Amino acid sequence: MIPVLERTMVAPNIHNLRLQAPDVARSAKPGQFVILQAEEDGERIPLTISDWDAEKGDITVVFMQVGATTGKLALLKAGDSIPTAAGPLGNPMELGNFGTVICVGGCYGIASIYPIARALKEMNNRVICVVEARSSFLFYWQEKLRKTSDEMIFITRDGSLGRRGHINNLGSIIPSIKGGVDRVIINGCNYVMMRGCEETRPLGIKTIVSLNTLMIDGTGMCGVCRVTVNGSNKFACVDGPHFDGHEVNWDELSSRRQAYLREETVTLRTSAPEKER
Amino acid sequence: MENSTSPAPKKMNLQRVEMSKQKPEVRRQNFDEVAFGYTPEEAMAEASRCLDCKKPGCVGNCPVEVNIPDFIRCIKAGDFAEGIRIIRQKNCLPAVTGRVCPQEEQCEGGCVFAKRGGQIAIGRLERFLADWEASQGINTGSIKKPRPTGRKVAVIGGGPAGLTVAGDLIQLGHQVTVYEALHKVGGVLVYGIPEFRLPKRIVRREVDYLTSLGVEMVTSYVVGKTRTVDSLLEEYDAIFVGSGAGLPWFMEIPGNNLNGVYSANEYLTRMNLMKGYTFPSVQTPIKQHHRVAVIGGGNVAMDCARTALRLGAEAHIVYRRSRQELPARLEEVENAEEEGVIFDFLTLPLACLGNENSWVTGLSCQKMELGEPDASGRRSPVAIPGSEFVMPVDAIIYAIGNSPNPLIPSTTPGLAIGRKGNIEAEEATGKTSKARVWAGGDVVTGAATVILAMGAGRKAARAIHRYLQTLEEE
Repeated sequence: MIPVLERTMVAPNIHNLRLQAPDVARSAKPGQFVILQAEEDGERIPLTISDWDAEKGDITVVFMQVGATTGKLALLKAGDSIPTAAGPLGNPMELGNFGTVICVGGCYGIASIYPIARALKEMNNRVICVVEARSSFLFYWQEKLRKTSDEMIFITRDGSLGRRGHINNLGSIIPSIKGGVDRVIINGCNYVMMRGCEETRPLGIKTIVSLNTLMIDGTGMCGVCRVTVNGSNKFACVDGPHFDGHEVNWDELSSRRQAYLREETVTLRTSAPEKER
Repeated sequence: MENSTSPAPKKMNLQRVEMSKQKPEVRRQNFDEVAFGYTPEEAMAEASRCLDCKKPGCVGNCPVEVNIPDFIRCIKAGDFAEGIRIIRQKNCLPAVTGRVCPQEEQCEGGCVFAKRGGQIAIGRLERFLADWEASQGINTGSIKKPRPTGRKVAVIGGGPAGLTVAGDLIQLGHQVTVYEALHKVGGVLVYGIPEFRLPKRIVRREVDYLTSLGVEMVTSYVVGKTRTVDSLLEEYDAIFVGSGAGLPWFMEIPGNNLNGVYSANEYLTRMNLMKGYTFPSVQTPIKQHHRVAVIGGGNVAMDCARTALRLGAEAHIVYRRSRQELPARLEEVENAEEEGVIFDFLTLPLACLGNENSWVTGLSCQKMELGEPDASGRRSPVAIPGSEFVMPVDAIIYAIGNSPNPLIPSTTPGLAIGRKGNIEAEEATGKTSKARVWAGGDVVTGAATVILAMGAGRKAARAIHRYLQTLEEE
């Protein structure tokens, strides 16, 4: 069993979950994920490791409460435990001294982009963090991100902080950056990653995305995470989850991602925890 | 094979004692085990048919070398406790192998009666003893506690190969830790083989037995990722890799990534390990399908079709050759037929078809006819021009095999890897190119059977034991 050290809501519906998982913490690298279970016979869901402390032996994931399993995770408190936190899975993000890198985060991606930004900063890149949300009250981890970036740019749908609009702002942000941009990395929902890539494609800037597909085992066995990249079949769990966003077949990814939407609502209707009924 | 019988010729009784099963129309509506197993009387009647050959043909055909005539003799005499003790000396998973081994090709195939169709039902007898033992409560007293050697072995993968290695080495006094990537130990026995063919409580029981012998089981630990093989080598004297199946194969036809197209690995894992068949009482979501096409003709294909059927779908097996060439065990084919699985033989899939929402609507196929025998001796199918047709289905399951799991090969320097991504290991010992590392099962051979994985585990365990005694590699 994996002990829960902390679970807090960092923004409406977005939760921070810190777990005692020393072996995972020791091996974790930016961009890797864990497979979690809320209970023994429940689903296995992949969540990016957004922070970790190898010495203390803990890992932090940030998730949005949307379905049955995240609903259960959202009720955890310190002292509880969960049956599974397997990882770190997937390939780490490709790191290096690229020059100027824009790290884009939306939703839970605001947290998952953090270790990537931190590592890039340590490798002497000029790191510009672009975070996106519907409104300013949905931002979180701003202090952490500020420490790891040379510049922070906010986009809000309602204009309550920074630029007004959504991720398509990237198209005007990039040309405004002096000295140019060498690479863009986007973490967030499929829509944010897809639209972001549409903005960088005409500018010819290499754009890496971290895909969140359905997964079961997460170790290269079941094949549910397959995705078409540059016309060929890839498995997000062992070939990814990071791919060149300009080569991803987004329509296919979106439709595969939504395959169980209806069933998810079935469990939401029937699986409300006893204490909530 | 030449078999000699006892001096006083006995009358050959070729009538196998049948094992009672749930009626097809009942069992197709539930996930309970199909066959009930022998009663003690039935087991003793079946055992009494055995001629106790001087040179038995059965033992040599068993990948784990179970002393078959001895345990049959015990059943005849009604000494079931001694019978199971004899099996357990060589086989740490008898309740499993008694159910899923292809006995017709192995032990039973070597029986002196086999040519005349009345071979002793060795598998059913083995299952009987294992189930009898369980009904009495697990008895570890039958095995002498060995003197600890102080040597430590890590087993990577808690499937049939790894569990066999663990069982063998713990009984020789070595300290054994099994690292399993999933949250339950058992490998294909828990994620792959369905409940109605191998109830999970039986796997649990066998795993518990190993734990009671002192094997340490660590779940949700992904060796290669959580910790590398090289790092484990610093702590352990020897490592066995039995990490099993990897990425599923798909045909190179259009439409594989439509929603409703599954690999058998995904479909079965969702249903078995994740208990999807009880949705929504568990949270693993599954789709209610109406008409399912399973591509392939092996045991895994049968498992998928029979699972789909139990969930209320019309289940089709789409196979490009004829019934004769089906690689599945005859018993499983017959079970599937009885339950109402529809077999579409000599049918080659051409494309998965979908609607505007990217959901499967059909499988485009072509009819085949059998031509000349190919290299494997099977008559190869040839397409009949103009015979294309569309099978309307809302789900397609690929059960055409998989490659070995990539995690250990891709994270372990110094490990020689074959062309198919498999770990290269000597057949007789399981020794890999890397010092102190042995391997066996699907990660070496590609998709095969439970008992072959166990056989590979047995050979590797023997070699590891030899090494641990001297700490000098052969």
